[in-house]
Amino acid sequence: MASITRVAAALSALALVVSTSACGGSEEDSTSAKSFTFLAINENTTVPTTLTTLSQKECATQNTAQPLEIKKQAQAGLDQQLQLLAGQGALPQTFTAANAPSLTKQLAGNGSVLDTATAAPGVLAAASSSIKSLYDGQQLVLPTELNIEGIWYNKKLLADNGIATPPATWDDLVAAFAKLQAAGVQPISQAGKGGDGWGVTRWVGNYILRQQGPEALKKVADGQAKLTDPQYVAAADAIANLGKAGYFGKSPTSIDYATALSTFLSGKAAFIYMGSWALSDFNDETKNKIGADNIGFLKFPTVAGGAGTADQMPANVGVAVAVSKKAYEGDKNTQAWVNCIVENYGTVALRDSNQITGFATDGSVQVPPLTKQIQDEISKVRTSVLWFEGHFSAKATTVSQSNGGLLAAGQLTGEKFMQTVSANLS
Amino acid sequence: MHSVLGDRRSVAILLGPALLVYSLVMLVPMLWSLGYTFFTGSVITGFTWAGGANFSRLLEDPALPEALWFTVEYALVITAGQVVVGYLLALLYVFFLRRAGSIVRTLVFFPVILPTVAVALLFQKFFEYAPQTGPVNAMIEAFGGSGVDWFATPGNAFLVVALMDIWRSMGFYAVLLYAGLLDIPDEMMEAAAIDGAGTWRLIRSIVVPLSLPVLVSSLVFSINGTLKAFDSIYALTGGGPGSATTPLTLYMYQTSFAYGDYGYGSTIALTLTVLCLLVTVFIFRGTRRDTGLG
Repeated sequence: MASITRVAAALSALALVVSTSACGGSEEDSTSAKSFTFLAINENTTVPTTLTTLSQKECATQNTAQPLEIKKQAQAGLDQQLQLLAGQGALPQTFTAANAPSLTKQLAGNGSVLDTATAAPGVLAAASSSIKSLYDGQQLVLPTELNIEGIWYNKKLLADNGIATPPATWDDLVAAFAKLQAAGVQPISQAGKGGDGWGVTRWVGNYILRQQGPEALKKVADGQAKLTDPQYVAAADAIANLGKAGYFGKSPTSIDYATALSTFLSGKAAFIYMGSWALSDFNDETKNKIGADNIGFLKFPTVAGGAGTADQMPANVGVAVAVSKKAYEGDKNTQAWVNCIVENYGTVALRDSNQITGFATDGSVQVPPLTKQIQDEISKVRTSVLWFEGHFSAKATTVSQSNGGLLAAGQLTGEKFMQTVSANLS
Repeated sequence: MHSVLGDRRSVAILLGPALLVYSLVMLVPMLWSLGYTFFTGSVITGFTWAGGANFSRLLEDPALPEALWFTVEYALVITAGQVVVGYLLALLYVFFLRRAGSIVRTLVFFPVILPTVAVALLFQKFFEYAPQTGPVNAMIEAFGGSGVDWFATPGNAFLVVALMDIWRSMGFYAVLLYAGLLDIPDEMMEAAAIDGAGTWRLIRSIVVPLSLPVLVSSLVFSINGTLKAFDSIYALTGGGPGSATTPLTLYMYQTSFAYGDYGYGSTIALTLTVLCLLVTVFIFRGTRRDTGLG
């Protein structure tokens, strides 16, 4: 009998060891972390490259105290990873902010994410207001990008097909599409494969904003309007009609982000809806075969009889960086690193990657003309608007973006699309 | 042997470690997940008691019947395909390929050991429509047809998924059923042949009835495997176009981990468990008499 007790005691001791070792990861170092960790996404190379450059030069002192360590993660699995890490109390000091702003807000509500308003006072007003409109008045991320979005066009293709001036209204734009299609030129290059369908839903969102004014999507979030209301359905139908006419090219549901961009940059399509983060690709001669001076930027055009105007600019901070509150507070080395990023990131990113950020920059940096043009556009922005899914939950965002491709393929009606998205909004 | 197993101490020592590991990695998470069905929230927001809200949501969720139907449709088609093709291959091995059998068996078995994601990428490229034209569409076009956008419509996407999964697993079922067919005594076959039974008659009256137990085992294997299918579909279509090829497993995964709704995700998991249980009970009930004879 005594030996049974011994066996039982040994087994329970083993159980205890197994269960406690599983929780071992949450142990906190109360003084200072050994390294300064950043969780990057595979799809974005600018942030890790810029941080690495900073660690070698401008932030070399901080890097000696707390060496930079970069971990990578696919963008599609980012939100999942952040939830997992936050649940274990194991978020790295800095990480790419979640795809769904609602998740970052949850993390902040939970005390996991730092409000950077005091840590980063040098953020440009335009970026700060963009961030605050996204996160209910809090500055939850560092603006490692400051983008405007719009329709980029191939100047030569338009001129060759008798389109002398870039279209300024929706009707002119659709007429241009028809003309190009008739001439055998693919009018729009846009990705619609899986989650890359955001490019298509941007068209829907912007059409809604041009037709009903900048508050139209906020109204849906506040419950004053529904996506299934006729005027919202009409916007989705306008895009579905472009799809039915084949303007998005052959099988948009098979095209991913990189393919869509390279289709445009190799001169096989006339227009692409894109954010200014793509400037680094536009200015990269190995990727851009049509030449940077051949690319024009068009504000999303006005819709006849609509309440919105073209200077209400879709703007956002794109791939932004969030700071873990727990890691920042009480760790002098991490604070020093974050300060150094705030002071120097803007200049290095603009100089090396042509990336416009929400940080102040050293005025001496020379930039290519297209980047300069976009910088000017950004400085002129007075009213900025969010993208279609800006106020959506993570679920509605996924559903919307994965159905975007079908809209562009002409396989969904505007009504069906809006019903599907609307059913997942709650 | 009896004295060893009659001793409680030895039973405890022999079973204890395995039971402990099983409990820690299987039973505890399962019960944990069952507990989640009564809560709402996530690890970030914290969990709050939801009572039966997750279950009433099951009934109202428009995506659920869609996912459930796809799961059932997929399980039926793939199971039928895997077992029928596997059985035909096994018959081929036994009756027609006695000599060269091992080479053919190896070749047919090969896809079973390939990584699912690699096979999915292979099929994606095979059936590609844009930006490049894949071999299948190139062939269709060469014969004067027009290319098909395989992954753009639910029906075509399902067809490719079915084709891939049957191709991937038919070798496994062929070997399983082949082993069953080898158990049929040669004397019985010879006796039937002497009595004048032709090949078809042999298969119908001797081979099928005598291999029924292993056939039923294959069915149970296959249906439970296909009801839980996740990796091949996720890698091939990602659940698309839209959500047209999203089975319950993928829906559960998205709900729990991508949308951070552990409670409802667990409720979907429970639905899947109940479905698997029902199907297994149904198959065993329906075939108990026959397997008993086998």
